Amino acid sequence: MSEIIKVGMADLKTCVSPDGITTLGLGSCVGIALRDPVTRVGGLAHIMLPDSTAIRNSQQNIAKFADTGIEELVRRMESLGARRSRIVAKIAGGATMFSFQGRPNTMQVGDRNVEATKQKLSQMGIPLLAEDTGANYGRTVVFYPENGDFYIKAVGKSETVI
Amino acid sequence: MDVLREIGNIGAGNAMTALSQMLNCKVDMRVPQVKLLGFSEVGALMGGEEQIMVGVFLAVEGDITGSMMFLVEQKSAKHLINKIMMGMASEGDEFNEMELSAMKEVGNIITGAYLNSLSMLTNLKIYPSPPELTVDMAGAILSVPAIEFGILGDNILLIQSQFFDETQIDGYFILIPDLDSYGKILSSLGMAV
Repeated sequence: MSEIIKVGMADLKTCVSPDGITTLGLGSCVGIALRDPVTRVGGLAHIMLPDSTAIRNSQQNIAKFADTGIEELVRRMESLGARRSRIVAKIAGGATMFSFQGRPNTMQVGDRNVEATKQKLSQMGIPLLAEDTGANYGRTVVFYPENGDFYIKAVGKSETVI
Repeated sequence: MDVLREIGNIGAGNAMTALSQMLNCKVDMRVPQVKLLGFSEVGALMGGEEQIMVGVFLAVEGDITGSMMFLVEQKSAKHLINKIMMGMASEGDEFNEMELSAMKEVGNIITGAYLNSLSMLTNLKIYPSPPELTVDMAGAILSVPAIEFGILGDNILLIQSQFFDETQIDGYFILIPDLDSYGKILSSLGMAV
């Protein structure tokens, strides 16, 4: 029996096929789904902020940030037998929920989360296969390490798979 | 926490008085609950991250800066709108343009009354921006205040207020002061920072 593992906000978990992994209601946060296609070890991180180095006391929750979250997820996948050189990524989220959300210092935090995520992935040599990011609505995602399917649901829209 | 609870209590009380005047009916209110919650607990409180909510969000300027959010569950929002529109709201859970506009006005009045009492208590000037409104999953709407709180820590401070006309309505207030505004609020209330 396969199950669906749930990841909360500012949280990350690994997942091995045939199980799936999900996070609900991504807004400006970004969901980062990683997978090693050979071992079918996967994982999902639900990050809130782009950069741990920009914040004091950032060590409390490394799953909160794009940079430390991706590193930790890869580390945990490796301990389950994934190989870094084979890991690929798909991402979703990073919406701007309210149009004036950008007060100067928080300008488009959704966009900044997506940018930081891409930067970290490329720095670690992890190819980004697909994304569904930006716009102004929330997303629920489900990821299957079995085949890499990444399902995306939004209010009032039909489900898509990338 | 006690001070914040008291501010929440008074703020939510004033907001309900304003709502009662707007709806022209009696609105009863329970004592508001002030809760400091982990990020994943907030969605659960509102009936799950995928619960569809109406979120009203506005920026705050003046002596303190930051933002404020008011959330109400979709069905409750529809109920409020229907009252304001004298029973002329559309069927179903969806909102049309006029209903969204009416809801924005409700949000404006409720948050305005809340901020007004905060301003009176602290003697600080607080100017709210016009509100923005969205209808979406609770988790997605909450990501906005959660990210602001996330810069400081791993919890979110939320005021839950239950009120009744003939049905029970759960509303949630989230005040999101910028870092240096916290100190201003506390010191204006005579508390050491």
